[in-house]
Amino acid sequence: MAKFILNGEVKSADVESDTPLLWVIRDELEMTGTKFGCGIGTCGACTVHVGGRATRSCITPVSSVEGAEITTIEGLAEKDDHPLQISWKKIQVPQCGYCQSGQIMQAAALLKDIPNPSDKDIDAVMGGNLCRCMTYIRIRDAIHEAANTIKEHSDEQNI
Amino acid sequence: MLKRIVVGVCGVSLVGLGLFSLYAWNPSIDPVNPSLTKDYSPEVIAQGKMLASAGYCSTCHTPPGGEEYAGNYEMHTEFGTIYSSNITPDAKTGIGSWSEEAFMRAMRTGVSRDGHHLLPAFPYEHFNKMSDQDINAIYAYIMTSIPGVEQVKKENGIPFPLNIRALQAGWKLLFADTEPFVEDSAQSEQWNRGAYLAEGVAHCGACHTPRNALGGEKYDEMYQGAAIDGWIAPSLTDTSTSPIPWRAQDFYEYLTTGNSRYHGSAAGPMAPVMHKGLSALPESDIEAISVYFAAKNGTDQNIDPSTSEALKSAIAAQHEQADLRINEGARLYATTCQACHYSSETVVKGRPLITLGSSTHLDEPNNLVNIMLDGVRSDQGIHGVVMPGFREALSDQDIASIAAYLRQAAGEESWPKLLEQVGDIRNQPRFEH
Repeated sequence: MAKFILNGEVKSADVESDTPLLWVIRDELEMTGTKFGCGIGTCGACTVHVGGRATRSCITPVSSVEGAEITTIEGLAEKDDHPLQISWKKIQVPQCGYCQSGQIMQAAALLKDIPNPSDKDIDAVMGGNLCRCMTYIRIRDAIHEAANTIKEHSDEQNI
Repeated sequence: MLKRIVVGVCGVSLVGLGLFSLYAWNPSIDPVNPSLTKDYSPEVIAQGKMLASAGYCSTCHTPPGGEEYAGNYEMHTEFGTIYSSNITPDAKTGIGSWSEEAFMRAMRTGVSRDGHHLLPAFPYEHFNKMSDQDINAIYAYIMTSIPGVEQVKKENGIPFPLNIRALQAGWKLLFADTEPFVEDSAQSEQWNRGAYLAEGVAHCGACHTPRNALGGEKYDEMYQGAAIDGWIAPSLTDTSTSPIPWRAQDFYEYLTTGNSRYHGSAAGPMAPVMHKGLSALPESDIEAISVYFAAKNGTDQNIDPSTSEALKSAIAAQHEQADLRINEGARLYATTCQACHYSSETVVKGRPLITLGSSTHLDEPNNLVNIMLDGVRSDQGIHGVVMPGFREALSDQDIASIAAYLRQAAGEESWPKLLEQVGDIRNQPRFEH
């Protein structure tokens, strides 16, 4: 029995301890926003947050997240209005959209650690999130846009 | 003439054997009725609970998924497989019939209640540094608060003649440090408190001090680092290979959060030491241990890692990215590791810069490869944060390429026979805690 906190709610699943977290999220808890891509942690489609840090859920056994706090794309912002989600729509980032929940989760973690990233920072941190539609330029723009929004918000709060 | 020499040698040997037997022999201490154990105050029991935790007794006396303190935790040593004892207060299979006196003798000299010698995997040499009061408190806690579990200890897999328990007396004579803890008056009270805890209940040297061919701790190389359970317990002295020296506050950060921003996270056998062990101690004790080890490191406490040359060059090195088309290690690192391990201008806690990490700078690749293979669980390292393991995702060649790239980026010489070592590390038994 695996037990953890998913998007603020305590969840448990009766699965083998070596079951990947991604399978538990998608198949047991039926939250399908997080996608399966390569299955070996090298494409980024399955990225979720564990303890606030971007984590590839396809190679994370559920036993290793016992008691941890997990956030999926469904729980990133209450009204799906995280600055990244807004800039994503505004810039019309996705083409097919399959990789985007992983991209957004990775980018959200990036902006927490590096609030004002350079192109180089974005390329380095986002390099493990593949997009077969090659929307990388728009992904980068959306991250800059969201970074500005977050900065403006915090500036307003500081006034 | 020859006959006289033979008789003489035999005679001396017999007398020697007789004297050794006398030396090796220990009387049995009468069993006591568990119900007759005296009443202990709640304070003493609480103190014992804290110390039993700080000594992480349960780490070695509880098998994965088993009953607490019931023993049979499997340990692989160079001398064979051994199983820990049942130290629950069960009268038949545990230590329920042990008197305070018998427990004290075991903790101080490694002799069981019935008089047989215990193996030095039980670090009695360290527990001997504890005060009577502290040892009795642990006894009080176990006897009053741990449920008795009837579970017979498994037979050790140690071959003849090493399994002759009387030989342990010889081992003790040769290698064991039987001195009680002595305060160093030249050092501060805080340092001495740290030394008392580190050398005694926390038995840091049991893993961090190298051992000789027969398993005795080399006291002249105290805390200089050693291999343990497929990992390397790094040096805690000025022989440390960390590019950024450990200050007292780095030890404190590491011991309280499971991670030092500039050195790395606790993983493998160190994770339970911290999260299930030392975390029970009050802050002042962790501070004391930190002060003690910072002194062993000889670190200047006034250095600022965030402005150090080592940090600057590590950050600069990762910005000079290798040609990903031809450098396989750099390419794999960029796609599988960098999302979490890249730092922009400063190092953020939880986003470790691997080229600074202790595991990259050790003389052996074990720690780095272990972490790449099996990751870090939420109950290890920083609490609630995980690193996935790449055991099923990356081949030995992939892992060796990434490790070689990191080693080179960290400015260290390459590890010899790395690919072969990765294969060995992958196949070594895993120690589950």
